[in-house]
Amino acid sequence: MDVELRGITKRFGPVVANDNVNLTIRGGEVLGLLGENGAGKSTMMNILSGLYSPDEGEILIDGKPVVFEGPGDGIEAGIGMVHQHFMLVPVFTVAENVVLGVEPTGRLGYLDLKKARAQVDEINKKYGLRVPADELIENLPVGIQQRVEILKVLFREADVLILDEPTAVLTPQEVEEFFGIVSALRDSGKAIVFITHKLHEILAISDRISVLRQGAITGEGDPKELDEEKLAEMMVGRHVSFAVDKAPAQPGEEMLTLDGVTVLDDADEKVLNGVSFTVRSGEILGIAGVQGNGQTELVEVITGLARQNAGKLTFAGEDISHASVRDRHFRGMAHIPEDRHRMGMVDSFNIAENMALNSYYDEAYAAPFGSINWPRVHETAAAFCVDFDVRTPSVFLPGGSLSGGNQQKMVVARELERQTRLVVASQPTRGVDVGSIEYIHKRLVESRDEGDGVLIVSSELDEIMGLSDRILVMFEGRIVAEFDNTGGKADRNQVGLAMAGATGGEAAA
Amino acid sequence: MTSTIAKRELDDAGRKLLVRATQGRENFEDLVIVPIFAVVAALVLGALIMLATGVDIATIGKSFVALAVGSFGSLNAVSETLTAAIPLVLAGLGLGLGFRAGLFNIGAEGQLLMGGMAAAIFSFSFPGLPFPVLMLLSLTAGAVIGALYASIAGILKATTGAHEVISTIMLNLTSFQILVYLLRQPYIQKEGRSDPISKSVPDAGRLPQLLDWIDPNMRLHAGLFLMLIAVAFVWWLLFRSKIGFAFRASGANPDAARYAGMKSGLIVVAAMATAGALAGLAGAAQVQGVLGRASPGFSAGIGFDAIALALLGRSHPVGILFAGILFGGLEAGGRQMQVDAGVSIDLIAIIQALIIVFIAAPLLVRAIFPWGFTRATKGGK
Repeated sequence: MDVELRGITKRFGPVVANDNVNLTIRGGEVLGLLGENGAGKSTMMNILSGLYSPDEGEILIDGKPVVFEGPGDGIEAGIGMVHQHFMLVPVFTVAENVVLGVEPTGRLGYLDLKKARAQVDEINKKYGLRVPADELIENLPVGIQQRVEILKVLFREADVLILDEPTAVLTPQEVEEFFGIVSALRDSGKAIVFITHKLHEILAISDRISVLRQGAITGEGDPKELDEEKLAEMMVGRHVSFAVDKAPAQPGEEMLTLDGVTVLDDADEKVLNGVSFTVRSGEILGIAGVQGNGQTELVEVITGLARQNAGKLTFAGEDISHASVRDRHFRGMAHIPEDRHRMGMVDSFNIAENMALNSYYDEAYAAPFGSINWPRVHETAAAFCVDFDVRTPSVFLPGGSLSGGNQQKMVVARELERQTRLVVASQPTRGVDVGSIEYIHKRLVESRDEGDGVLIVSSELDEIMGLSDRILVMFEGRIVAEFDNTGGKADRNQVGLAMAGATGGEAAA
Repeated sequence: MTSTIAKRELDDAGRKLLVRATQGRENFEDLVIVPIFAVVAALVLGALIMLATGVDIATIGKSFVALAVGSFGSLNAVSETLTAAIPLVLAGLGLGLGFRAGLFNIGAEGQLLMGGMAAAIFSFSFPGLPFPVLMLLSLTAGAVIGALYASIAGILKATTGAHEVISTIMLNLTSFQILVYLLRQPYIQKEGRSDPISKSVPDAGRLPQLLDWIDPNMRLHAGLFLMLIAVAFVWWLLFRSKIGFAFRASGANPDAARYAGMKSGLIVVAAMATAGALAGLAGAAQVQGVLGRASPGFSAGIGFDAIALALLGRSHPVGILFAGILFGGLEAGGRQMQVDAGVSIDLIAIIQALIIVFIAAPLLVRAIFPWGFTRATKGGK
């Protein structure tokens, strides 16, 4: 089945989300769709799945124009979407999830699960998905859950599969396996749209690539003739450097030391299990690992948001095991939280208020009667914005009105502009455009060069590999491997294996 | 406490960022136009309801004229409107502050009763104190007791997680009974009365009337200044002070507040106490300014109307002031409506309720009055 978007334009008020977009999706082909956040990828895919109707232009399926009027129309026409965030019922089995909404029923609405299971197995076999039909979703690893999402779409007889950032939750090894499935789908004649911002992945799997910037297609091409640099340039509109430019680390005194830190969750399971390591001043220590292996808890314990059940934390020679968030802040600990919307900012607060979010009680801002010296807050925020290239016409606009990259730069500016000694950066570039990633990385390296200890926790292996001087790998709440990455010498494959739980990472150099 | 932030000199690029961004058309629409249209829609719907209940058009017209005249048509009407607005605004300020801090405090009614009761007891217990000492101390007693009573719900939430909606509702019910019990105590009950009613507030404890030199019937009292001071104070607290910053951050994003090192338990208790103090003041102002004594149910639902008021005023002190004057006007005008046109005062309650419904559904208002807005509906993004 071929789908063609012809001259699609979609506006939201004054914002043009899609500007005269032409795109052809062919059966038996993987189309890579590349673009920064906010470039209009999601809008376009929502138009394809029938959620939005375009203001101008038309959609043609096999040459015939179609009109989608609701979210169901896309799948009806054979266009299925696999979302980044899974939409599965955890306490249902795979088969139950797959048939949810289109249940095969017998007489009197009797749910024919046997038939459902048979159908699931058939699809399983056809595409080599190998998903256990009777297992509960909550017992399956993320990689398999994703296949269940694909199963759902295939079950609804989709010929076009839209995969939205499908590799974000996978280990490098799982990505390889996933690519195998994508290839099998393509070879069976399905059309695949692969949406991502990871350049090497799009080069590896796509047959054709389209790049979207500010709502318009800015580049198309054959992956054989493109490389990461050219793609990034199309995506951002200017030259982008990927290599993080940094001198070898000069580790100094011990800045942060964890000694046997253990954290139990509500069910008394160890989410952190005897974690010990040291971050020195002047080095970047990267913590690699697939999401959900204790990284969140680790950062919370270090920053004082959660208490360890056992173990000790030392910061610049002083015991901070029981210090409050604010105390740690004043000792010079900066914290870039993993999810800026949940924790790092208040969307409705203006930029200046966000810039003072965790330092409003600082002596520098003190005024009589417990007031805040607002002019000083505003001036400082303006200076931060200039320093960190936060693009806004005014510091009085709500933080939520900034683009993702600028929001993150706002958070990073707030944390790095203070006098710091240790920077704890969790997913510092998640959901941030390429240009801002480059910038944030540069500033983190600068912090290191000024003598701060820098701890980076990221599920993006590229980020860890590019930034870190030393790499630790977390798996199921423990540090399972350590790699020396001076001059980028750590073996990507080895790190990936350790992320998947394979033991035998090399000892510390 | 030390500082980790250096003073910054700004260059041109930095100074440019200090230009106040205009609030934006959309913001203005939400804050001003939506409430105005909500009131209009509620009045129209109120008229339709009258029509449906068999009131003829002439009477409806007459009743709306009475509403306007009775609320703002004469000095006496304005005096009544403002008198009604004083406790509403005071209690509404407390509730709005709570909303900003993420607390849905339903307990203003109970806090108001306890505060008013405390003010009455204090004032007749120290009849020897001169004016204005007795007046001010009685107001303080009302505020303190209101704060303490509200703190119960705050402490319960901070320590056990008990939801403030439930606990404040229970505290309201408790306060009704406490009030009746206290009013029957010999020390408190007025001599020679068998019904539960307190002794009178001595003259030195009264909030002086402001317009009695024109007409002794004008009830407007010095609580007016109390109200205006409270509006300014709450504005300062919310938007200028450190504690208010913490209130607002906790209300808008509790996780971000935790991240910023704010102590959620402390903030809950402090916000509840401040809200209770304002509600207690509302009760004290009512007792010392209008009623002169405490009796069962003297709050007359002010604490509940204040919830609607705080919502209508978008939890902003100035918004609450205007909303309070509007509600005060509806109350004063409603009495006139009943007298002149014979329309039930319950209609005013219906109109007030309808205003809230429309405020709570801005999309509905936008749909009814599309020409009033730049965009008829909010599109998804």
